[in-house]
Amino acid sequence: MDKFTTHTGTGVPLRRSNVDTDQIIPAVYLKRVTRSGFEDGLFSAWRSDPEFVLNKAEYKAGTILVAGADFGTGSSREHAVWALQNYGFKAVLSSRFADIFRGNSMKAGLLTVILTESEIEAIWAAIEADATVQITVDLENRQVRYGSTTLSFAIDDYTRWRLIEGLDDIGLTLKHVDAISAFEKARPAYKPVTLNS
Amino acid sequence: MGKTLAEKIWHEHIVRSADGEPDVIFIDLHLIHEVTSPQAFDGLRLAGRKVRRADLTIATEDHNTPTIDIDKPIADPVSRLQIETLRNNCKEFGIRLHSLGDVEQGIVHVVGPQLGLTQPGMTIVCGDSHTSTHGAFGALAFGIGTSEVEHVLATQTLPLARPKTMAINVEGTLKSGVSSKDIILAIIAKIGTGGGQGYVIEYRGSAIRALSMESRMTICNMSIEAGARAGVIAPDETTFEYIKGKPHAPKDWDAALAYWKSLHTDSDAKFDVEVNLNADELAPFVTWGTNPGQGLPLSANVPNPAEISDPAERNAAERALTYMDLTAGTPLKAIKIDTVFLGSCTNGRIEDLRAAASVVNGKKISPSLRMLVVPGSARVRLQAEAEGLDKIFLAAGAEWRNAGCSMCLGMNPDQLAPGERSASTSNRNFEGRQGKGGRTHLVSPLVAAATALRGTLSSPADL
Repeated sequence: MDKFTTHTGTGVPLRRSNVDTDQIIPAVYLKRVTRSGFEDGLFSAWRSDPEFVLNKAEYKAGTILVAGADFGTGSSREHAVWALQNYGFKAVLSSRFADIFRGNSMKAGLLTVILTESEIEAIWAAIEADATVQITVDLENRQVRYGSTTLSFAIDDYTRWRLIEGLDDIGLTLKHVDAISAFEKARPAYKPVTLNS
Repeated sequence: MGKTLAEKIWHEHIVRSADGEPDVIFIDLHLIHEVTSPQAFDGLRLAGRKVRRADLTIATEDHNTPTIDIDKPIADPVSRLQIETLRNNCKEFGIRLHSLGDVEQGIVHVVGPQLGLTQPGMTIVCGDSHTSTHGAFGALAFGIGTSEVEHVLATQTLPLARPKTMAINVEGTLKSGVSSKDIILAIIAKIGTGGGQGYVIEYRGSAIRALSMESRMTICNMSIEAGARAGVIAPDETTFEYIKGKPHAPKDWDAALAYWKSLHTDSDAKFDVEVNLNADELAPFVTWGTNPGQGLPLSANVPNPAEISDPAERNAAERALTYMDLTAGTPLKAIKIDTVFLGSCTNGRIEDLRAAASVVNGKKISPSLRMLVVPGSARVRLQAEAEGLDKIFLAAGAEWRNAGCSMCLGMNPDQLAPGERSASTSNRNFEGRQGKGGRTHLVSPLVAAATALRGTLSSPADL
């Protein structure tokens, strides 16, 4: 995973709530067996509308998606995170994320930032008035900054540390492989197994 | 202070706990399918890692699989490649796989319980959000992303933040014609699609205890539609009876049973949130919009967005009505349906097929629509055929298909055409979920069957 410390870019206003993962990337795009190339499926149904925000020239270079509440509801498909990353997004700001989507994003290195609804409204207003407004998402200081505004956001220390260091979760867990082995030895015999021994 | 059921299971699975770090939780069962696993296996190969516990892992083919001509090669080359990739990965890593054509093949969340691999007190994960289904047995079961699939393959554990707990108490008795699907649709309409975020929901109360295992699975299945990663129901005699005799039921039954009987929320435990619902007042439910929280009793009218005070919800309702091509004030029962889909991990089990068959028995479906009946697994299909349900559906004019996820998400050829409208027993009414431009109304199997006969959204009471 790439390290995430701070990112500065322009924002894309997505004034919709309950953006589910079927909207982020429909199931027909999930048939690939790679982690790349999913940008073609990103918001594919909405992108056929010329008025959709990603089709507007001024937002083409945006790297920070600013979305309505309950972003990423629905399926567990991590492809939704990859599609956003493959397209070029580095961070998503919303007032609420679905649990599985948020977990996936933090595993894959897409920073999801929770702000209040009024803070999201204010950012929408700013980037709709001027699409070139530079937004900085600063994970080290837990801040979002644009113009003269500085907003703080919460993120747990552990996730922040992992993202900043770009650490591999599996490697971290395998440091405790002895604890896993000890746990396995103590498991009750009546728990089912899938293979015949 | 005592513990809730979810807290008990959590604590029993902690491999490692440290201040400021997520708990490392042991996973008892890992279910795999073709869509969310290929990149995880690639990750293992890249890092030179092995599957730690192939004996706690099982795979099935479900999302992409066709439901007709299953003896022929899969027509779509991309789907075929994904299936073949799963077969190769399972072979390479020594994982048990039930392929298309195998008698144990089917939707992963139907297969686990019918094999008896889903048992109380387990932790169960799968790269699929409807893993919450298995919570009906008093297991802590939740969907994970592909990075986590790789993590479980490599370590048989997951680092997880401790969830909060929510009790949903459903007291009373369901009226005839009202099913567990209506309970969960009513719950989601009440607490919203984000209401369960960060929580494990425990469904409790007399109305829940009265449900069969399969009806309980329907409820836990859609916990994720309420935003909760997992939903649990305390195991009881209904649970134990269901597991008894299944292929993977514990050999040391008494030891297992003694443990299972300890799996209930202590009387002095405290939930972070409690929600109450009266089962006596519930009626058949149907969604009118494009998220599962946009639902109403079937007797209601399409809502008027102007009457919704919350601006974000009003905006979402307006957008939904445009997408669904519906006018405020229209009776829901006047909505004409083109396709009825009976199936999915929500409502593709034998009891669901029996319920629908009891409604269509001896009758013909409306000539203005098609009805797809897709059993949740090959075993469910065989059972239904042994009971003659296939003949009832075929005689009524419905299509009798092979097992898989099918039109729930339209990854295989079973899709809605643009503008087509379905009454579907599945779990998501998102825009384009069942096919680009398709419009979905979520319903119970009873409502699906009655709708198939009348051509408009209907309950058996309307017949």
